[in-house]
Amino acid sequence: MSQTFCMGNQAIAYGALRSGVDVVCGYPGTPSSEILQTVANEVKCRQLKNTYVEWSVNEKAALEIAAGASYGGARALVTMKQVGLNVASDALMSLPYLGIKGGLVLVVADDPGPISSQTEQDTRQFAAFAKVPVFDPSTPEEAYLMIQEAFELSERHTTPVIVRPTTRICHGSAAINISLASSESPENKTLGFDRSRDWVIFPKRTYLGHLEIWQRLSQIAKEFDISQFNAIKDTHQSAPSHLGIVAGGISYAYLNDALLGLKNVGAIRLLKIGTPHPFPEDLALQFMEGLSEVLILEELEPVIERELLMLVGKHKLKAKIQGKLTKHATLAGENSIAEITKQVRKFCDLDFFDRGFDKPVAIKGNLEAHAIPELPMRPPVLCAGCPHRASFYAVKRALKGRKAVFSGDIGCYTLGNAAPLNMVDTCLCMGAGFTIPQGLDRVEPDVLHFGFVGDSTFFASGLTGVANAVYNQSNVVLCVLDNSTTAMTGSQPHPGTGMRIGLDSSARDAENALRIPDILKALGVKNVAVVDPFDEDSAVDAVVKAADDPKVSAIVFKSPCITVVKPKSQPHIDANICTNCKLCVREIGCPALIEVNGKIAIDDALCYGCNLCVARCPFDAIRATNQLSGITVTDTKPSSLNSQGSTLEGGTDD
Amino acid sequence: MTRKDHKFSSDVMIAGVGGQGTVLASKLLAEAALIDGRLVRTAETIGMAQRGGSVLGHVRMSYQNSDDRGEGVRTQYAKALSSIIMSPLILPGGADLLIGFEPAETVRALEYLSNGGSVVTASRVIAPVSASLGKNTYDGRAEIDYLINCRANGRISKLVIVDGDAACAKLGSLKVLNVVLLGAALALGIINISDQALEEALTKLVKPNYVELNKCALREGRTWI
Repeated sequence: MSQTFCMGNQAIAYGALRSGVDVVCGYPGTPSSEILQTVANEVKCRQLKNTYVEWSVNEKAALEIAAGASYGGARALVTMKQVGLNVASDALMSLPYLGIKGGLVLVVADDPGPISSQTEQDTRQFAAFAKVPVFDPSTPEEAYLMIQEAFELSERHTTPVIVRPTTRICHGSAAINISLASSESPENKTLGFDRSRDWVIFPKRTYLGHLEIWQRLSQIAKEFDISQFNAIKDTHQSAPSHLGIVAGGISYAYLNDALLGLKNVGAIRLLKIGTPHPFPEDLALQFMEGLSEVLILEELEPVIERELLMLVGKHKLKAKIQGKLTKHATLAGENSIAEITKQVRKFCDLDFFDRGFDKPVAIKGNLEAHAIPELPMRPPVLCAGCPHRASFYAVKRALKGRKAVFSGDIGCYTLGNAAPLNMVDTCLCMGAGFTIPQGLDRVEPDVLHFGFVGDSTFFASGLTGVANAVYNQSNVVLCVLDNSTTAMTGSQPHPGTGMRIGLDSSARDAENALRIPDILKALGVKNVAVVDPFDEDSAVDAVVKAADDPKVSAIVFKSPCITVVKPKSQPHIDANICTNCKLCVREIGCPALIEVNGKIAIDDALCYGCNLCVARCPFDAIRATNQLSGITVTDTKPSSLNSQGSTLEGGTDD
Repeated sequence: MTRKDHKFSSDVMIAGVGGQGTVLASKLLAEAALIDGRLVRTAETIGMAQRGGSVLGHVRMSYQNSDDRGEGVRTQYAKALSSIIMSPLILPGGADLLIGFEPAETVRALEYLSNGGSVVTASRVIAPVSASLGKNTYDGRAEIDYLINCRANGRISKLVIVDGDAACAKLGSLKVLNVVLLGAALALGIINISDQALEEALTKLVKPNYVELNKCALREGRTWI
């Protein structure tokens, strides 16, 4: 057994492999993407013959494939981010009624904050809605253990099980004693589909299944009462407590550290909840004995708080429950040690300066004289050399002076909404980039309606929108921003790339790559143009033609993401000619165009040599050259978790 | 290193702009601390902000050597429930050392620095597009002046300003700023990590072809103290 310093997501992958997982599928989405990537790396490095890994086309496909594998007796893991569960929910809602055979575990990563997501939804609540058990880890090492227990629980009770880490668990790292040997012996597995069991969800079966679910959940709740992941702890062994604090997930880690830093806390009883559903009621009842006030610490929804309120009502307890519903805790966003320290201090009526290091500093001299300078805002932007910038700019130029609405989607290209491009007017969810404009078109038929969807999103959720536009004869222009990768989440392959996870790039299967223009045509779009956005004249022409077409038309902007190609020679700005009018910056907003000593210059470290800025200069001060850019070195080993996977990450998709 | 009575770990905050190599810097620190036998937790910004946005790397290292190496993870878990740091995040005012890769990002992350904590910062600015578009120019001078004032009034005890361009030009690569800054940070002696451990971490995490370059960067960093 060796100690490995790894991210929570890697720990989850190692735990699943230790459980002898056979089939792993998922769809990329921050903060979940590294789990599947790690499994794939391990499968490749250790030549594990019995573990199959795929990036599925979307989360619904992934869960259904995993369910099929489970029906066949295999252990299956599905990974996604929280909004991915919305897509997969159709399958999830039905699964518990029929049960499963091989262990079926979903890792659904929640994103309090949110840091890189559309919603702050709580998968603990979704688990309760779908009537499946859920684990909520407080540390990466606990996530490693929970995923293993989840497979056992799943098989013991023939139910899908959810493990729900949050961003700080997924992307937090710790040194963990990882055992790579599989604890599951393959001989114990009975693979094969069992036709004698009922796998067909008819109403009668559903009724009976529903009764089984109720029974199953009450049995699991009893197991959770004595689970190692739930615990009662007293800060003082001898003194009786009348104050209690309950915490779940990462909030328990924050509470632990807040208490380490607080002196004179006194007697408090703590309850850690690692399995929020089905709720370990008997354990909570034991915890509540003799308490008069209880503070609940949890992120997102008041899940534990509601359970305790029910407990108080059911058993006519006297204790007051403080949490989100009583406005004692923050309603949205992440928790933190600072926030929890504040809440505990208030709850225990501690002096504000109890903690050493938030005492005010003794400043010599006049603090006002050294006022903090106004810092420049630094929102995320499209990279220098990003082909999306060129695509948006071509559309903007082509439609100058015409009334148009631009609907975007989930991926890097959402960043096209920033100034100076201002080219994304709407963004809702995966696929809506093609459907929102159809709705707008019914209301404002005289306005041009453009939809932008990335290549991976196109396969994940875009096809339905295309079919709908053709079928209902909507006058919209559907643009696919095809950069040959799933960029935002760390450059995963997708059906259009001819690449699959685990294959070397030399094994690229160009023959079987799905061709986006062919699909658009097959779905009935007559006018389909394919252009390189950096071929500016052709791109503008294509946009004008599509805009003037009274029927649905499509443009595929095809140019690879800078993360999958090498930089080209950088243009140069002649400082003698440059008038510093900043037109180049105002037109395209490229981060490689910087101001040095009052003059615009090109940042060597950022420029990728796309030359989009060259034609923007009315004075011909920007010129293309043959000089290679300064970006030649990548420092991390690609094998130790793909370097891009761990450094370049984002929303669900591209 | 003596343990302050209200602290259980040595905390380093790394601040920069997405793409500057902050993630590798925090991995290197963590790996080195681990080699020195300490317990470590880190948290990274991975996500949308990576696209040229502000990023933070939290690195927390226990003072004591971890005495539970070789024991099962269950024991480690049981210990975690009692007295060891569990959170990967540094709280505002908790960092002993701030390593800033860009002047504005250093100042932005200053709220995490303990009173009297130390700072290593690069002086080279990365101007966001919004700054190039705006009326107010951003050249980093106000930020560096502010940091110098903070040292004068005691908010910061030690301050090292590294001219990353000069250092990187000497080494012939723009991409080693992160390791140059680490070299400077280690030489300050605020965090108790041995040079040997960091070199070992470099060998483990960096591609073989770049190990020598990065070791030079480490040495270069030390000369800025």
